[in-house]
Amino acid sequence: MTDQVLAAIDGSQFSEGVCDYAAWASLAMDAPLTFVHVVDNHSGVPEEQNLSGNLRFGARERLMKELSELDEQRAKVNREHGKLMLEAAKERAIEDGVSDPVIRQRNGTLVESLLELEKEMRLLVVGKRGEIAHQATGHLGSNLERVVRELHRPILMVPKTFKRPEKILMAFDGSKTARKGVEMLARSPLFAGTECHVLIVGAETAERRSELEWALSTLREAGHQAEGAIRAGEVDEALQAYEKEHSIDLLVMGAYGHSRIRHLLVGSTTTAMLRGSKVPVLILR
Amino acid sequence: MYEKFKQSWLSNLKGDTLAGIVVALALIPEAIAFSIIAGVDPKVGLYASFAICVIVAFTGGRSGMISAATGAMALLMITLVKEHGLEYLLAATLLTGMLQIAAGYLKLAELMRFVSRSVVTGFVNALAILIFMAQLPELTDVTWHVYAMTIAGLAIIYGFPYVPVVGKAIPSPLVCIVVLTAVYLLTGMDIRSVGDMGELPDSLPIFLWPDVPLNVETLMIILPYSLMLTVVGLLESMMTATIIDDLTDTKSDKNRECKGQGIANIGAGLIGGMAGCAMIGQSVINIKSGGRRRTSTLIAGIGLLLMVVFLADWVSQIPMAALVAVMIMVSIGTFSWESIRDLKKHPMSTNIVMVTTVIVTVGTHNLAIGVFVGVLLAAMFFANKVGNIMYIGSKEIEPGKEREYEVVGQVFFASSERFIDAFDFKESIDKVTINLSRAHFWDITAVQALDRVVIKFRREGTEVEMAGLSEASATVVDRYAVHNDPEAVEKLMGGH
Repeated sequence: MTDQVLAAIDGSQFSEGVCDYAAWASLAMDAPLTFVHVVDNHSGVPEEQNLSGNLRFGARERLMKELSELDEQRAKVNREHGKLMLEAAKERAIEDGVSDPVIRQRNGTLVESLLELEKEMRLLVVGKRGEIAHQATGHLGSNLERVVRELHRPILMVPKTFKRPEKILMAFDGSKTARKGVEMLARSPLFAGTECHVLIVGAETAERRSELEWALSTLREAGHQAEGAIRAGEVDEALQAYEKEHSIDLLVMGAYGHSRIRHLLVGSTTTAMLRGSKVPVLILR
Repeated sequence: MYEKFKQSWLSNLKGDTLAGIVVALALIPEAIAFSIIAGVDPKVGLYASFAICVIVAFTGGRSGMISAATGAMALLMITLVKEHGLEYLLAATLLTGMLQIAAGYLKLAELMRFVSRSVVTGFVNALAILIFMAQLPELTDVTWHVYAMTIAGLAIIYGFPYVPVVGKAIPSPLVCIVVLTAVYLLTGMDIRSVGDMGELPDSLPIFLWPDVPLNVETLMIILPYSLMLTVVGLLESMMTATIIDDLTDTKSDKNRECKGQGIANIGAGLIGGMAGCAMIGQSVINIKSGGRRRTSTLIAGIGLLLMVVFLADWVSQIPMAALVAVMIMVSIGTFSWESIRDLKKHPMSTNIVMVTTVIVTVGTHNLAIGVFVGVLLAAMFFANKVGNIMYIGSKEIEPGKEREYEVVGQVFFASSERFIDAFDFKESIDKVTINLSRAHFWDITAVQALDRVVIKFRREGTEVEMAGLSEASATVVDRYAVHNDPEAVEKLMGGH
């Protein structure tokens, strides 16, 4: 099974968006939908700190008992909580028209679990912020960045509310990966019949112009209505400005570099975009 | 990279900071006490604890574990310090660090799987007993004041946490030290204080190279000590890491921990500190106080140094009785009381391994020897147990003419004698068949035993036929990596 749409659910306010977008992707791609909730039971420390700093008879055994009981309680609550959310997500997806969504629950950290499930997924849908990080607005969920960096599948990051994507913007830099991305976009059933925009950020040159023309013609051949532009400036700012002007509802971009050095150079743009963008962002591999 | 940094340093900042401070406070008396055990000035242990704690925070493989100057290591240094002096100890510390780094690269941490649970328990118990015994000199030939102070100290340590509100917010060992120091200063009683035990740090540590001649002679002096320190340091660190792994239900990188310990010891040696390793008691205190990440270790190290340097005058006024009380607490907390209760439940062989480890360690004051004996004993008990899984049956096929022996089970050094004895060479018979298809020959001893059986029969004029030899001897070969291939395991161990 390499063809599932996997949606990662947590308790944050983005879950409804995750549900709806996942349902939409599942229907458009005609792929089975699976909701995953990851229970991470070991991230915590007891609420009430004991700073007495002494060791009594059987201190280790007692501490072991205390900590495992605490984890146990927390795990049970988390699992129940997760099950309820999964059920809710499933119901919502059925309402959206998905015939038979599957729900799964795993123990561990989000990144670990998603990497384990990588083989089964064709597309991952996640909310822009995780449960714990939701207070810090504009900040990417602490887990998300690692997921994006380590997973080798397309990832759709979605905001709180669903809006059917009609106008797509592709960030294009003429690189080999980006060209592949354009081809993928053109073929993808996910975007059949949508209006595609292509934006190259940089100074206007003949080379860039021809790259843009190639991208547009590829998209038009696939039956999309396509237009594009070349804009100077910072990548993230230019993209955001374009996004606003044309009321774009989904942004497509290339991935973080997987090597650390590349990540420092290239990935920062992706991260900035993920933080700034109000619309869903699809990251291609 | 930033995310990783955040995860391993900042994700539990409040818990780590508080726990780090609690640990720093608890490290001071321990570092002083262990310096005294080793026969060096308290500053040697304090500088070591600072250096090791801070360096391991970055280089270690187990977050939340506390490493510093320890009793297990101090006990190994006594004769070196006595016979050759501090400079040789520093040189031995540097060498220990290098050996530990080498052990990390050679992935020797994996050898820990040969150390059975009962040896670990024995190690921990022996350590607790040694820490306790090290306090005895402070309690012999002294006035009643010392006993009174020590008992009062223990009462504070164990009683204070029951005081509402502040009981769980202020470390009780600290309360014990502060109260006893105040009593000591106010009454002016004539008992020993930390200041009487040697020099305390009055400045931040400085870089210094051990003042020893760099020659083979020096190497021969320090090498035996360094080897012991390496082994004990890594053993205690690996065991502590396993304990923390269990407590927090997370994984650690044991080989990275080996290298980290090595780097930390080199750092300690270069600023005039003694070799150290992970501490079971302190690590448990850290986890209990809410410390989980590397930050807790870092804060413990820095906090220790700041407190000692700026409060040196006060630290020197701490009466030894207060330290003794704290160390008795550490020894009580380290001892595995469950192991006493479990003596009745566990098989005798397990108990013998545990108790022997304790006795040998306490007798030699050397945890490495204790563990070595324990591991050896455990292996022998295991070999003996497996050696009993062998059965040889026989049936007459034709009376007076032919007999078939069937060998089932494990034939190796521990069972080969019994294997030979099971054949009746005195029986006058024409032919024997030895069916080996359900036997396993594990080593050359077993193969030779079979040869002897065949020769003995031949000398009696009996013809010998063997069935299933090739299956039985497939296990003689080293490195048949079958542990993850169910079919291969079935083929090798089939029929059992």
